[in-house]
Amino acid sequence: MATTTIPGGTIGSQIGRSLPRLEARDKVSGRAEYTHNLRLPGMLHGKIFRSTIAHGRIKSIDTSAAKKMPGVFGVYTAEDVRKVIPNPYYGPAFHDQPILAMDKVRFVGEPVAVVLAADPHAAEAAVQEITAEYEELPAVYDEIEALNSKVYVHDELKPAGTFADLKHLTGRKQTNVALDFKLRRGDVEKGFEKAAQVFEHTFRTQKVLHLAFEPFVSIGDAKRDAVTIYTSSQGPSFVRTEIARLLGLPENRVRIRVPYLGGGYGSKLYIKLEALVTALSLLARRPVKISLTMEECFYQITKHPCTFRIKSGVDKEGRIIARKCEVFWNGGAYADVGPRVTQKSGFTASGPYDIENVHVDSYALYTNVTPAGALRGFGIPQLVWSYESHTDMVARALKMDPVEFRRKNILKKGAAQATGTPVKHAPLEAILDRVASRLNWGKPFDKGTGPVKRGRGLAIAIKAVIAPTTSVAVLNVTADGSPILYCGTVDMGQGSDTAMAQIVGEVLNVPAESVRVVPRDTDVTPYDMGTLGSRSLFHMGHAVRIAAEECRAKIEALRKELGEPEGSNIPVADLFKKKYGMQAGNIVGSGTYKPDYIPPQPGTGLTTNVAPFWMVAGAGAEVEVDTETGKVIVTRLINVVDCGKPVNPKIVETQISGATLMQLGFTMFEKMHIDGGQVTNASLADYKIPGIMDVPAVMENEAIDTVQPNGPFGAKGVGETATFCCGPAIANAIDDACGVRITELPLNAEAVYRAIRAQQKTPLEDE
Amino acid sequence: MAARTISFTLNGEAVSAEVANHHTILEVLRNEFALYGARESCGQGLCGCCTVIVNGTAVSGCLYLAAFADGAEVTTVEHLDADGRLDPVQEAFIEQGAFQCGFCTPGFILMTKQLLERHPDPDDDQIKHYLSGNLCRCAAYPEIIKAVKSAAKKRAVAR
Repeated sequence: MATTTIPGGTIGSQIGRSLPRLEARDKVSGRAEYTHNLRLPGMLHGKIFRSTIAHGRIKSIDTSAAKKMPGVFGVYTAEDVRKVIPNPYYGPAFHDQPILAMDKVRFVGEPVAVVLAADPHAAEAAVQEITAEYEELPAVYDEIEALNSKVYVHDELKPAGTFADLKHLTGRKQTNVALDFKLRRGDVEKGFEKAAQVFEHTFRTQKVLHLAFEPFVSIGDAKRDAVTIYTSSQGPSFVRTEIARLLGLPENRVRIRVPYLGGGYGSKLYIKLEALVTALSLLARRPVKISLTMEECFYQITKHPCTFRIKSGVDKEGRIIARKCEVFWNGGAYADVGPRVTQKSGFTASGPYDIENVHVDSYALYTNVTPAGALRGFGIPQLVWSYESHTDMVARALKMDPVEFRRKNILKKGAAQATGTPVKHAPLEAILDRVASRLNWGKPFDKGTGPVKRGRGLAIAIKAVIAPTTSVAVLNVTADGSPILYCGTVDMGQGSDTAMAQIVGEVLNVPAESVRVVPRDTDVTPYDMGTLGSRSLFHMGHAVRIAAEECRAKIEALRKELGEPEGSNIPVADLFKKKYGMQAGNIVGSGTYKPDYIPPQPGTGLTTNVAPFWMVAGAGAEVEVDTETGKVIVTRLINVVDCGKPVNPKIVETQISGATLMQLGFTMFEKMHIDGGQVTNASLADYKIPGIMDVPAVMENEAIDTVQPNGPFGAKGVGETATFCCGPAIANAIDDACGVRITELPLNAEAVYRAIRAQQKTPLEDE
Repeated sequence: MAARTISFTLNGEAVSAEVANHHTILEVLRNEFALYGARESCGQGLCGCCTVIVNGTAVSGCLYLAAFADGAEVTTVEHLDADGRLDPVQEAFIEQGAFQCGFCTPGFILMTKQLLERHPDPDDDQIKHYLSGNLCRCAAYPEIIKAVKSAAKKRAVAR
């Protein structure tokens, strides 16, 4: 009876229901609220003038012609911003990003000036009249070059102070390294000496974009001592803290309101346009809306490109006894949350394997390109791409079956992962078995005879959820018994409102549909660290559960107080009526959740409690490779994940399928092309994302039957899990089909055909 | 800026609006009529988020100049449940969980309606062909295909 010991107790009527999203009707009828749709009386529209060079000193900005354009309210530069925000630098990890470029520009597309006008077209036309002169400086674009370059993106490192492990970087000069995370387990060099064979490979991933369909949008409505911001943000609590800091206001004078999001995927975390619209609203004394175009989104935030050098020593039996991982993250011109990606993903850079000697160096690097942040996986998909491609290459070199090789090295239940934290409730072996069995591994497979070759491959992965983070929830049972939930988790499509309502419903024994979930508003919804890293269902789910349990206990106490017999099913509304003589009153419960955590030791990265739960995934792919053109068709894509007990099985399946299809785009074709720091394909016309034609003929999505014993009702998050393994599973399948190995994403026809020609000793010329 | 008055039928009602030559139908729907179901995303007519129906044909509202709508019949997603009941396509999208963030959903629903009007019992190829001009970054495509098929059945029963 495992289910009786999990927090929340036994599972009844609401958990495990495939309830349609609470807001489903609003979404299909076009009436769901997005910041995109919002207008305030007297509102001005801002359009941004952006840097055309990658690195340079600003010599002058001429806004005089723009100011004379019809309909223009005003034109603003950093000089103006400083009048209302004297120290206008922001960011979650480093206070390195100016609201508008100050003195220097550090990437093509960096905001330099803004035109405000009542008519967005007037603002847009006036932006064309602004000119800027720069003293151009040499720029650095590549993460490996940035490591030893004499070109420094920033003169001095400015850690925010939010994270204790970044403090030592304060004041560092002449470096582009924003964080160097180290993990040391055993002695990797001795391990290599003992190894029968050593393998070393380098993998790369490309720069790609979140491309949420609701482009970045924020509205600032600032008065002298109180600010309201309406914004498409994944982290209203963080935005409030940061705006309060910038303005020197207490948190209760800053109000952040967030309706539904038209997609996020990590792009709308921390702070983006919010500081800019606040400064402009203070200057204009009017509400200001900035709505980016899709093109401009390419200059806001991207995924981290990464170079990963991985080296493994294997003994005679095929056991990996040493692994060295050097990971270089291309963070772009401003740190955003890159240093956290660098550290947190570093914990599992050596993969889901039991390796005695592990050495990880993970570097966050500044470069002169669009900043990089979190994208559905917090760095894990880049790492898995590398270590699971490497795993297959090693297995093939050893002439071992890739599944057998993984089975031999996999982290078994209770074994210590590289950080020293035991892996509990991380069913790696079961997931590997499920993927292999779905692929009919070990049975004959038709590899094709003509020019079209067929192959199959798989991959497995592990992620430690980001820790430690806090969530707070408040539940209000109204006088007629209908509950209102106040929680700051942002529903950006993952279905969190619905899942939280199901948790309330489960505890109070009411239908989830009867629960009202208040849209995020920091004046009423309490603190939440952010909607990121698949953390919400676990952390906020617990907070909501605790709040609901408190309400339940108070209802029970009221029943006793009113002399109702134990076990009576008298409706809550009647209790209130009896107590107050009319339909009146409230019962309020609150819940706070922060899991236990032991910070990793500086220098070694070791800890016995790195995270409250593990996310585990496996994928299998079958492909057809046309060896005459390099075209790859993924004919079958299997994803098996562990999400504990699915709170809403239908939404879980949609998350698994949607996550892997998004990753299929990053795997097969998506790539931001950059020439001299300039993005040359900054539009949906030139940057292709998966469409309905790209869906593999067969997709299998499975959440394995398990519970997460410390999760609310046995559940944990699943938003990212199915992004991890898609890439390497396909690369491994391509190798299986035609014997070529691609070590850099994307796996487009050109890359595959070049590899085929190189293998045939008739390589194509470079571009 | 040159302006003109256009008159058209919007969701069954005769309306008129003052528009500039460069205004798109999308801007007019949002700014003059507070209809937000069609929305601009890519701004190039590639994603389908801005889909509206003009004279029975789905168009990209972000590229369709408002001036051309003079005298036309324009329908938006908001009209589908005008009688208080959801359209079978909307019902099917809810039942199949065929969306996540919902930003692209009105466009998919309008295009699906057009598909089913022309091909009441579409096969997979027809569905993919019709919906290849609508993109969904949450990638709810498998669920959308199921929803289209389910909507086709609902319409057949209703007939």
